[in-house]
Amino acid sequence: MLGKLTIDALPFYSEIAMGGALITVLGALGVVALITWLGRWRYLWTEWLTSLDHKKIGILYVTLALIMLVRGFIDAMMMRTQQAIALDSHGYLPADHFDQIFTSHATIMVFFVAMPFLVGLFNVVVPQQIGARDVAFPFMNSASLWLTTSGAALVMTSLVIGKFSTAGWSAYPPHSEAQFSPGVGVDYWIWAILVSGVGSMLTGINFLVTVVKRRAPGMRLMMMPLFTWTALCTSILMVFAFPALTVAAALLGLDRYLGMHFFTDGDGGNATNYISLFWIWGHPEVYILLLPAFGVYSEVVATFSGKRLFGYESLVYATAVITVLSLSVWLHHFFTMGAGADVNAFFGRVAPLIALPTGVMIFDWLFTMYRGRVQFSVPMLFALGFIVTFVIGGMTGVLLAVAPVDYLMHNTTFLVAHFHNMMIPGALFGYFAGYQYWFPKAFGFRLEEKWGRRAFWAWIVGFYLAFMPLYILGFMGMPERLERYYVASWQPYLIVAEFGALFIVCGITFLAIQLAVSIRDRAALAVSTGDPWNGRTLEWATASPPAAYNFAVVPHVHGIDAWWAMKQAGTAAHRPARFHDVILPDDSSAGVALGATSFVFAFAMIWQIWWLAAVGGLGMFAAVLSQTFRDHAEYRIAASEVEAIERRRTVPPLASAVPT
Amino acid sequence: MTDAVITPGPGEETEAERAIDEKAYGFWVYLISDSIIFALLLATFVVMSHNTADGPGGHTLFRLPQTFAQTMLLLASSTTFGFASVAIAAGQRWRTLSWLSVTFLLGFAFVIVEISEFYRMAVAGAGPWRSGFLSAFFTLVGTHGTQVSVGLVWIVLLGCEVALRGLNPFVASRLSRLGLFWHFLDIVWIGIFSVVYLPGIL
Repeated sequence: MLGKLTIDALPFYSEIAMGGALITVLGALGVVALITWLGRWRYLWTEWLTSLDHKKIGILYVTLALIMLVRGFIDAMMMRTQQAIALDSHGYLPADHFDQIFTSHATIMVFFVAMPFLVGLFNVVVPQQIGARDVAFPFMNSASLWLTTSGAALVMTSLVIGKFSTAGWSAYPPHSEAQFSPGVGVDYWIWAILVSGVGSMLTGINFLVTVVKRRAPGMRLMMMPLFTWTALCTSILMVFAFPALTVAAALLGLDRYLGMHFFTDGDGGNATNYISLFWIWGHPEVYILLLPAFGVYSEVVATFSGKRLFGYESLVYATAVITVLSLSVWLHHFFTMGAGADVNAFFGRVAPLIALPTGVMIFDWLFTMYRGRVQFSVPMLFALGFIVTFVIGGMTGVLLAVAPVDYLMHNTTFLVAHFHNMMIPGALFGYFAGYQYWFPKAFGFRLEEKWGRRAFWAWIVGFYLAFMPLYILGFMGMPERLERYYVASWQPYLIVAEFGALFIVCGITFLAIQLAVSIRDRAALAVSTGDPWNGRTLEWATASPPAAYNFAVVPHVHGIDAWWAMKQAGTAAHRPARFHDVILPDDSSAGVALGATSFVFAFAMIWQIWWLAAVGGLGMFAAVLSQTFRDHAEYRIAASEVEAIERRRTVPPLASAVPT
Repeated sequence: MTDAVITPGPGEETEAERAIDEKAYGFWVYLISDSIIFALLLATFVVMSHNTADGPGGHTLFRLPQTFAQTMLLLASSTTFGFASVAIAAGQRWRTLSWLSVTFLLGFAFVIVEISEFYRMAVAGAGPWRSGFLSAFFTLVGTHGTQVSVGLVWIVLLGCEVALRGLNPFVASRLSRLGLFWHFLDIVWIGIFSVVYLPGIL
């Protein structure tokens, strides 16, 4: 009746695991209680959960990312603490538990922090940057959000019911095969990846079509803002790369569920195929995470230097070159697998080529600042911190791309330091910069500066303290993922890294305080004009927060930095002579239903409760079916109402928009 | 609110056309994704085609008449879908339905033949759990067969819609995407036939 699910699945075996489970359950119950107490369920349901408004979907994505960031960071803190104390001792975490933590940490950070964060920023910004009223497929957008949420919920559930995978975030066989991992942990991983992977692929399709088909009249490709360019290239990579992850995870699942022999030892299986499939997705994924951050930096640097982007075209071409190259370098993740000298030589030559377009970008940003009037706002601080720190990560990457060197460095903490150097100052700082930069766009008030600065400094100091020691430890030969060790000379570095993690605790806390303080002082921080940074691109032409339809009248675009040009020409405050009706996508609860039923389906598959899986599967089918035949799933805002809304934009955009 | 008259905005008449155009484009992009899935499964099959683990290989398992019959059924179903598309373009509701029915029957026969092949192999001790080669074979061909089955369900659903609602631009656009999917699966089958079955038989 309940498959493999028994009472033993609850974490009575460990106090720490029980603590984690209780915190998760109590946290969820607390949120439910709070919403009930505030009586906000109906509001939440009608205004947010079922909304197909791309801005609200984007805000929900970012919310998911921030919540999961806290979970992922608690994992990181537990690992740092274990390694800081586990010299000649067992520390406080059993090996099995430690393995679950490094697996869930990376899985969460990649799939449920970075991915929803960047997709959230796409959602809030891209349609407005191209002068569109919505994305091409609003329901599919909601479906993507809820499938991603469903995947995140699966990982969180594994904290309470059963155990998570111990096979690392890449789930390499043979360890991840049923023979060595008979529990449900790897199944949790597989289903979280499959469910959220479908969401990501749909997002890729959606934004590719949106950018190609929905640009404002006159906006040619070479007039698109850089962030939109990176969104387009990221979407292309999602469409091309995510099938590989789906195939890798599905074949692993077939091995585990049906006893097939794709990656098993013996019987014709070959584990190296998995590694290739995984990284055919995995390397493009690095750039799926990084390119949007590069897009944010481009917008932020131009805005806060008060200048047009230096070398706009070279930035576009660099983005495109990275997109193409990222699909052809995956083997540098496993030089040591033994593919042979020729293959290693080829990939060892191609991999460092990516440093060229990336270098072009760095110089473009530097030249944009050169002789600009640079304002050191919080987004700009994150951008500057990125430029300085990312160069270090880029150079260690070139080092790792040299196959013989990689033989020395592979699976050491040097590698850990390198990719965190890419992911934190590279990707995450970009998302933070975007969060700070576009927060007033989404909510109509700025984030408070002082706590923002404190958060930035805590993050960057914490990053250096936490990861520079890992570079050194890599040189000293420390392997990654050790839950205990017997080399006394490693410990001082690990203690420094622990202090770095404590700084990052402060960074996260300060971000939370910043949000709370900003909400408290929202009246003082309000941006009445909608254009708080004297922006250049079209998203600042709408109200902040934007009306449901973004643009009452779709603007005509004649060049890059369209909003800047409108301000220069004095046409920014012009009002249309007459308004027209606006047609927008209607709400739909099918997205939530799809997410919920996909969760039920995946959960039942994990625990092999076949009847429940059938129920969940039918539910998913019904949810999709309910949308398939709705051709007029939209509502109309009357021209009179549009006019009324536009009149309420009290301060005409021109008031503060004249460049000083 | 003096001049606030309810009028269609510029280009609003073509709103439906635009939605249909975007969906067609989006579906092509989806087919890229799907073709990458098949490409990876094909590549996996090719690198595992000799991993028979002392079990049966393609020479002993594949039967040319059966594969040939499957190919003919699927090619014929693509043709009949083409006739359905002609009928859709001409706005002929019942003719559309009859060609869709023929397409469904041919596709259904294809799936039945495939299931019987799988069953025959499995009871002969050559199931997907026997060797890496057979895992790759069953997964590749099975994925194709599953998608054909999804296509069959889709034909039934759209057939019902045509019968109940008649042909309008939205229905026609859905049918055109189903057609893309159907012909795509046909092309994939040609790949499977050439890469999986022919080298095994010859």
